Amino acid sequence: MSAQFMQYLLTGLTVGAIYALVALGFSIIFNASHVINFAQGEFVMIGGMATVSLTAAGLPYLLAIPLAIAAAALVGLALEKFAVEPARGASVVTLIIITIGASIFLRGLAMVVWDKRFHALKPFTGDTPIAIAGATILPQSLWVLGVTLAIVLALSWFFGRTLLGKAMLATSHNRLAAQLVGINVRLVLFLSFGLSAALGAVAGILIAPITTTSYDVGVMLGLKGFAAAILGGLGSGVGAVVGGLALGIAETMSAGYLSSAYKDAIAFVIILAVLFFMPSGLFGKRGSERV
Amino acid sequence: MLARLASPRTGGLLALAAAIALLPLVLSNKYFYDIAILVGLNAIVCVGLNLLIGYAGQISLGHAGFFGAGAYGSAILASRYGWPPLAAMLATTLAVAALAYLVGRPILRLRGHYLAMATLGLGIIIFMVITTEDKFTGGPDGIAVVPLSIGGFVLQGERVWYWVVGALLLLAVWLALNLIESPAGRALRALHSSEVGAEVVGINAAEHKVMVFVISAVFASVAGSLAAHYSGFITPGKAAFLHSIELVTMVVFGGMASTFGAVVGAAVLTTLPQLLAVFEDYEMMVFGAVMMGTMIFLPRGVVPSVARLFRARRNAAADDEERKG
Repeated sequence: MSAQFMQYLLTGLTVGAIYALVALGFSIIFNASHVINFAQGEFVMIGGMATVSLTAAGLPYLLAIPLAIAAAALVGLALEKFAVEPARGASVVTLIIITIGASIFLRGLAMVVWDKRFHALKPFTGDTPIAIAGATILPQSLWVLGVTLAIVLALSWFFGRTLLGKAMLATSHNRLAAQLVGINVRLVLFLSFGLSAALGAVAGILIAPITTTSYDVGVMLGLKGFAAAILGGLGSGVGAVVGGLALGIAETMSAGYLSSAYKDAIAFVIILAVLFFMPSGLFGKRGSERV
Repeated sequence: MLARLASPRTGGLLALAAAIALLPLVLSNKYFYDIAILVGLNAIVCVGLNLLIGYAGQISLGHAGFFGAGAYGSAILASRYGWPPLAAMLATTLAVAALAYLVGRPILRLRGHYLAMATLGLGIIIFMVITTEDKFTGGPDGIAVVPLSIGGFVLQGERVWYWVVGALLLLAVWLALNLIESPAGRALRALHSSEVGAEVVGINAAEHKVMVFVISAVFASVAGSLAAHYSGFITPGKAAFLHSIELVTMVVFGGMASTFGAVVGAAVLTTLPQLLAVFEDYEMMVFGAVMMGTMIFLPRGVVPSVARLFRARRNAAADDEERKG
């Protein structure tokens, strides 16, 4: 394995981990409500931008980060309460437009509350690159990979071992049946938006020291997270993580070996190619239609 | 005769023609003409897109890509290679139709969110090709476009363009209404309610979906070509994801499965940003809020909601008559 390949792989994994976190947010909301939340990318932006302004106000990371995540989660809960809940039963297109409207609104709000400039966060623990197998990795990348791994483990514990997690899982399988066994599906839907928003915010904070953040950083991250979720198969947790990592690696590899001009297009070329042959993504449920 | 005129098809077409003919009475300056032309061009795209979304029940988050492809195809062939504009427009339209057909066949097998993703991806790829291949397209800075000339006659000035776009909009609406009333249109509505059901009664769902996808792409491409020639300059923003969203919002805002709703949606959402300019920094916020608000409170769109209100009122009046009699 050449050092160059190793370098691209490490960079790809870092970017991919971020896509995976965003994709998990898409999947959690989709499972609870069958809504694709196109405002998911704005949570990433809110996480990063809120941390920037809180640290600028003199707060240490240990305080600023939890506050920023809580702020994003609150916005997520408000989005569910005031925009998605009142439109229950609307068609797929209508819900897509509502969440896109919300994302435009939040971006406009961020522009007014903050500004249009790019901001960089200080890396959590220094910026001396660490050498691994001929390649180097930033300490911040290790943070990204480590925190993502921890979140994935925590989520699998949450959905597999806790009552609330199992209730959310049950709702995703069959809403009506879940309601019949006494699960409060409206609460599940409400909480899923908060959880997804928090995940998005974490992604935004982790990546901000590496790629900088700004009011419109959520557009591309949101779309690529959506692509990762679709690639893995909507609603599949494993799929979201695999899809995210695969997109991240493919993107860095093609930017390194082929052409960096089309770096942002690669994700969409891959998703089209995969959907041509596997219409439900890699791990998606294959259903049949009832008449 | 009167009943025929009152039917939504003829009556609606006449009403639209009247509106187009009378509108210049209130268009007091060039700026208003300019907005009216933009409304007309967007309306042509929306009438086509409505066939796909409203009638066939499919979704496309990438139609700005076709609009951009039409605009840039015309711009490059006519301005860089000196083709006659009409020939350039024809060649571009055929190329876009071929692209829509080739891509449409595999992606229209997809459903719901997967189809949304595929069309979104297609639109973004077209957008990125336009911004990256700057040797041909001028990149993010855009490209100047020669005016539209037919034979020796050069189409210039807002007034001339107004009538051209108005006539083409009428033609687009007429084509769409005829398609909807044809066996193919009934097939589309059948597969909207159930694809399996439609196939059981012998409708080739795949073929019909691809057909309507190509038709809507052609409408978008032609409108794009016209927009490029009209404004004399085109930038990649017209092919961007946000423009795709604006187009879909126009269709849904006006009312899905309502051809005249698509025209109303285009009119309202094209003029809205002009009005919102007074909000300056808050423009984006207000636009997002309007998008959310209308979809939450009028999920069926304006025209069908208003039509229902009228019908309810008429029924109530009829009930009153009955009670009195």
